[in-house]
Amino acid sequence: MRFVIRRAGFFVLTLWACLSLNFFLPRLMPGSPADRIIAHLHGAVSQATVRAIELSLGINNDQGIWSQYISYLGHTAVGNLGFSYSQGEPVSQVIAGGLPWTLGLVGITTILAFVLGTAIGAVAAWRRGSRFDGVMPPLFVFTTAIPFFWVGMVLILIFSVYLGWLPAGGNTSQLAVPSFSAGYVGDVLVHAVLPSLTLLITGIGGWVLTMRNNMVTTLTEDYVRMARAKGLSPARVMIDYGARNAILPNLTGFAMSLGFVVSGAVLVEYVFNYQGVGYYLLNAVGYDDYPLMQGLFLIITVAVLAAILLSDVATAILDPRTRTAG
Amino acid sequence: MAIPVTAGPSEPAARLIGAGSRRLTALRRFTQAVRANRKATIGVVLMAIFIFVSLFPGLLAHQSPTAYSSDITAAPSAAHWLGTDNIGADIYAQVIDGTRNVMILAIAVGALTTAVAMVIGVAAAYLGGVWESVLSFVTDVLLVIPIFPLLIIVATYVPNAGNIVLILVLSFTGWSYTARQLRSQAQSLRNRDFLLAARVRGERAFYVIMVEIIPTMTSLLLASFLNNALYAVLAGSGLQFIGIGKSDNVSWGTTLYWANQNAAWTTGRYLWFIVPGLCIALLGVAFAFINYAFDEIGNPALRPLSAAKVRKAAEAHTGRRASDGSRAS
Repeated sequence: MRFVIRRAGFFVLTLWACLSLNFFLPRLMPGSPADRIIAHLHGAVSQATVRAIELSLGINNDQGIWSQYISYLGHTAVGNLGFSYSQGEPVSQVIAGGLPWTLGLVGITTILAFVLGTAIGAVAAWRRGSRFDGVMPPLFVFTTAIPFFWVGMVLILIFSVYLGWLPAGGNTSQLAVPSFSAGYVGDVLVHAVLPSLTLLITGIGGWVLTMRNNMVTTLTEDYVRMARAKGLSPARVMIDYGARNAILPNLTGFAMSLGFVVSGAVLVEYVFNYQGVGYYLLNAVGYDDYPLMQGLFLIITVAVLAAILLSDVATAILDPRTRTAG
Repeated sequence: MAIPVTAGPSEPAARLIGAGSRRLTALRRFTQAVRANRKATIGVVLMAIFIFVSLFPGLLAHQSPTAYSSDITAAPSAAHWLGTDNIGADIYAQVIDGTRNVMILAIAVGALTTAVAMVIGVAAAYLGGVWESVLSFVTDVLLVIPIFPLLIIVATYVPNAGNIVLILVLSFTGWSYTARQLRSQAQSLRNRDFLLAARVRGERAFYVIMVEIIPTMTSLLLASFLNNALYAVLAGSGLQFIGIGKSDNVSWGTTLYWANQNAAWTTGRYLWFIVPGLCIALLGVAFAFINYAFDEIGNPALRPLSAAKVRKAAEAHTGRRASDGSRAS
């Protein structure tokens, strides 16, 4: 219980740190965001417009910076993230439009990468010295070092341009109407294949390598030798005695990997014009749309924190030691 | 720099001269360790090539990487080995001249993040109390906040970011993981006798940290330098690829940005993005392989086994099990 409270406290503080970054970054950096937005409007802008723009950004020079800060926190707490002028709708609506796509893409791909990577790593360590173990680790060291966006470009070249099997970008075909028909769902899936493959290729290596290294250490433990000596089937020893214990550091590493996955998602959505959170983030950057940028950064942080919380819970279920250690 | 020594013919020479000199003996041991490990060999050779190119780009490319010409998006030819880009500049020259910027970015960020992590991680563990709580909190927050979106936002507030801004931003955000590793390492040392002795001698905190604690972490620091350099190559190129940073900076990421802007794959100019991307991948592989090789040299349990060794180990194992069994009965 103490463990849960401490983690929850940490997440609240982290969220607060993220909101403060959002608030203070534009104010610390040279040049005012309002000036840049005004520069986009090309031409004479009345004093009243300048003031309106500043107010919409939460800049109110009549108030002190701290009372602006308090009102910013208050607005965010009730879900008022401001208005995105580049998209012409409230920030919360832009997020609602983009988030499901990103969650679907990143969520499914991360789980796939975790399951596949952990399995490959476990088997490589189990069959240590085999040809499988000779080829796999160096191969995955290589895949972790290639840039996401480049993998995406090469996949487009092979599967879209050269073979013509899969679409090169977009969430769906241009004229597709959202519905629960087989045709629409199929269309969505076909468009998701290349982006997820990109994330999978670059993301799987980390899981394979850490799992192999953990498993190599775990397999030398006495309880594994004991299980072998009892004459348990090799599959049972590998999965229940080896993998179950070796997987724990991998679960903790989940938190570390999420930042990696999110950065990959941003780049992959950019390459494939996949209209998720990362796509809108880069769009917002292009238009100096600060409210949208801040809202998206906030929601990405919340999503990552939620996923870390889930991995904490999973670790606590699998490993009784974390429950008592607090 | 010991690296060029591995490039074949000079190695026996080093062995001859090294007969009397202790420094050269260490060099020879390093060379042997690198040659014995296949990953290390590949990593070091790749790295030597990139270092050479970044030091002497003029030997390999004679054209300007940024000069306008009327020959735009030309196909590869004898004059332009990789073709030209949308302003008619030579892409081969961009790849060669861009190497230096990428190498500077990688080495600077690797060194800076490691230094910051060292100061913060070790200070947190050594000072204890409130300092430890505050520094650990900052480290942990930075660890879970999605860094890449943060990088994008920070970089947009600094328009036309050149290499130096990129280095500072990447270093400022990239130190947290290393700091956490170093902190737990330093915590495990806290109550060792040699540190207690130093404290009893009345040494100052700064002396204890620099002279007593840091030297025990050399391998961790080296690994973190290599890791963070790899991170810098990937994140820096990623930022340049999405158009953040100066668009006329000669760098692999920038070349890729222009290739993407001009949809190089639809016009058949494949080499425009394949070559710079491959360079990023190979430099990344060089850092990663050297890192894994050091890991394997330091921790023999992780080394790949040859089939013969496995058989021998298995025989030894069954043999021992049999003898264990006889003893038990």
